[in-house]
Amino acid sequence: MSLLVLLAIVLLIIAGHQLLRIIELSRGLKKTKEWQVSDTDNNMMGKAMMLFGVLFFAFFFWQVNRWMDRSLPPAASEHGAKIDTLWDANMWLITIVFLLTNTFLFWFAYKYRGNSQNKAVYYPHNNKLEMLWTVVPAVALAFIIIFGLKYWGEIMGNSTEKDKVVIELYAKQFDWTARYTGKDGQLGETDFRQISGGNSVGLDTTDTFGYDDILVKNEFHIPVGKEIEFKMRSRDVIHSAYMPHFRAQMNCVPGMITTFKFKPTKTTAAMRQDPYVIKMMAGINKQRELEGKEPVQFDYLLLCNKICGSSHYNMQMNIIVDEETDYNAWIAKQKAVKTVADKK
Amino acid sequence: MATPTNTSLHEEHLVHHDHVHDHDDHEESFVSKYIFSMDHKMISRQFLITAVIMAVLAMTMSVIFRLQLAWPGEKFAFVNAMLGDKWGKDGILDPNMYLALVTIHGTIMVFFVLTGGLSGTFSNLLIPYQIGARDMASGFLNMLSYWFFFASTVIMVSSLFLNDGPASAGWTIYPPLSALPEAIPGSKMGMTLWLVSMAIFIVSSLLGSLNYIITIINLRAKGMKMTRLPLTIWAFLITAILGVLSFPVLLSCALLLIFDRSFHTSFYLSDIYIGGRPLDNVGGSPILFEHLFWFLGHPEVYIVLLPALGITSEIIATNSRKPIFGYRAMIGSMLAIGFLSFIVWGHHMFMTGMNPFLGSVFVFTTLLIAIPSAVKAFNYITTMWKGNIQYTPAMLFSVGLVSSFITGGVTGIILADSTLDINVHDTYFVVAHFHIVMGLSAIFGMFAGVYHWFPKMFLRMMNKKLGYIHFWLTIITAYGVFFPMHFLGLAGVPRRYYTNSNFPMFDNLVDINEIVTICAIIGALAQGVFLFNFFYSIFRGEKAPRNPWNANSLEWTTPMANIHGNWPGELPTVHRWAYDYSKPGKDVDFIPQTTPLEEGEEDGGAH
Repeated sequence: MSLLVLLAIVLLIIAGHQLLRIIELSRGLKKTKEWQVSDTDNNMMGKAMMLFGVLFFAFFFWQVNRWMDRSLPPAASEHGAKIDTLWDANMWLITIVFLLTNTFLFWFAYKYRGNSQNKAVYYPHNNKLEMLWTVVPAVALAFIIIFGLKYWGEIMGNSTEKDKVVIELYAKQFDWTARYTGKDGQLGETDFRQISGGNSVGLDTTDTFGYDDILVKNEFHIPVGKEIEFKMRSRDVIHSAYMPHFRAQMNCVPGMITTFKFKPTKTTAAMRQDPYVIKMMAGINKQRELEGKEPVQFDYLLLCNKICGSSHYNMQMNIIVDEETDYNAWIAKQKAVKTVADKK
Repeated sequence: MATPTNTSLHEEHLVHHDHVHDHDDHEESFVSKYIFSMDHKMISRQFLITAVIMAVLAMTMSVIFRLQLAWPGEKFAFVNAMLGDKWGKDGILDPNMYLALVTIHGTIMVFFVLTGGLSGTFSNLLIPYQIGARDMASGFLNMLSYWFFFASTVIMVSSLFLNDGPASAGWTIYPPLSALPEAIPGSKMGMTLWLVSMAIFIVSSLLGSLNYIITIINLRAKGMKMTRLPLTIWAFLITAILGVLSFPVLLSCALLLIFDRSFHTSFYLSDIYIGGRPLDNVGGSPILFEHLFWFLGHPEVYIVLLPALGITSEIIATNSRKPIFGYRAMIGSMLAIGFLSFIVWGHHMFMTGMNPFLGSVFVFTTLLIAIPSAVKAFNYITTMWKGNIQYTPAMLFSVGLVSSFITGGVTGIILADSTLDINVHDTYFVVAHFHIVMGLSAIFGMFAGVYHWFPKMFLRMMNKKLGYIHFWLTIITAYGVFFPMHFLGLAGVPRRYYTNSNFPMFDNLVDINEIVTICAIIGALAQGVFLFNFFYSIFRGEKAPRNPWNANSLEWTTPMANIHGNWPGELPTVHRWAYDYSKPGKDVDFIPQTTPLEEGEEDGGAH
């Protein structure tokens, strides 16, 4: 069998070689050279450019039509809604620019395809035109910058809310821990040298503020309508706390505490009733059924979004957004660090 | 602008070359002609062929990890054949090797193909040719530049065969992941070799860049004012300046990382507990690394892109049979891009914990860069307007470049806006953006350059029909690979995930990943057409005439033979800019730069 394959390959090479020789020999007989671009070539390639432009746009719209509703659902946080608005405005703008300029490009590529009868127009510059397409983008960009920075300042500015929930997200290879302040409303100090099996986030055992802190894994709860201020830390390498449904992201950097805050606007239960989410989940569960997997419900997620090692792709935590009363009931049931430690 | 006063230098060259010329072709040994050559044309060929080999390697890597992303857990004999039982057991890619492939793919493409390959090939080939010089200012440094480059590629490739695998912390090698061998196997010996390779590469890049700058400034032929230079040369000049100013910063960045890794310093490390113990390192910050890295990293984007844009300017003008539209505006916008590229690095760091109000400054500067970029795109399109476009394969790729430059450029406006970056930072939206700019635009520029200047490099012509097939397959599949990635980003898929199957929320994206991978495989195979055409034409292509594309610039006035000193007799004298195509009142549609101005005729570059 392998001998036959070998034989076939050898024959193919010989045939290819002979073919090339014929082509090479016939070169000398032709008046025009193979590499010379003829009117036919220009005509064909010019038309192909046009066709490509049309197909390219068709492909673009096909994708938008097919995949746009698989984008993340509408933001579930207050600032996220603003980001979405700004996103849409910018996206419209660049889509128009993208379509217009590509249209000109492929139209000209077709229209001015070469012909030996034609002569190009000598047109080296036009200051007015150039001024036009310097000023117009500049003005458009000014708007983009102004709105972008306005929202950026609001989102990243210091928290002014008094009644807020402070949560620490602690990252390590390859899982997350959420730490709540407990009754005293203060997170205890930490010291990475005190990390041990029983002290996974490195609480400073001399700081009494830490005694009532609450640690949770796999899933954490937050109340709807209240500002959540996240403080992020990392034990080993850089991770990134990415909560895409809330339009929230911040790196967790060893040696420093980074922050991000947002106010969730929709509980997990409410999100599961959202028509967009229902449709999206139907699509997801249809695919899961094909693969013989169990159907799933919508959940908010915290993902790691900075390369952190071999299991980077599986570093996740569920987020449950509750009504405030449900949240209070849940947090009351959680055990403080000290009580957990005492029992050991 | 004063005319260059370098006649004495030239005469020296001339005398020298006239003297040795008779012996050159016969007595030169194999080693001095093909290996340790100091001739800019041979060095250019060396760069190109090395880059082609590296590109094939990096592309094959991408096919391997694309297979895994579209069909995770599926067994592929190809994966096993490529990686062996250790990294591709039963044909399934190992997660650590996945990260290693992603890392080395990025490193090779960015540094070896698009920096070394693109600048090294075309700066070397075209600078002496297009400015009318005998060779580079220093042939010896030029030779060293190539051999440092070669050594760095050999070291990088050899790291693939290490027991623990090559570097795998991503091409941006952020510490602590890259600094701690406990964090990932690739941060053992693999990372050491990566850093050594990169340090040598930086030396190569600096030697090359300094040479390019000096040559352009000092060795221009008589009459070759700066405002008569082809835009290719302007692009190479600005690229070289960017390289000289930014690569040393990468070296310092890498050096501090080497210290942290080998000598227990704490430049980038603090408060770390790993491998069951707290580390002694205190006081450093990974943010420092990120600043240093991106201080090179962002100019690097333009180091990659500007030569491609320069090449395209030349090819679009020549093949539209029209002067490049807005010659001075093109130079101005390249200078503006070059300047701005040094003050935008922070836009890679909006989400890193850097002070958000510092981020605001970078939003402003980054969005400014869109203005000169837009000017360039519009000027290309206007150059084609009312042209008489000759569709050589090079022209096809140039048009492709303009299209992808726009497509990839507009999403940059989104990513530069810190507010919008929050949710797409480090997702596939970013991957789509920079691949369309670098993987399409810059690579198209490189292909265009190869097709256009192949006759000058190898004295033979490439096959046109194969070039056509290559272009169409490439642009269709390349857009097929990278356009759908935007939608993965919109769905929130993070980059560098070994598989998305651990998140039910990404289950409905399977078909997108399949389309991407299928396009990637076809696109990779299509490069076989190019490779065949390239290597076949080197040996058996049709003999090239002196000026196959009827172009104006000086390289087409040299005889079709690779002779030392480029011009057998005197160096040419330049009388006009490089873009007198279809000038009214002339019989032919091109006027070489060596043709004297007629009485009362105005030089086109003079506006």
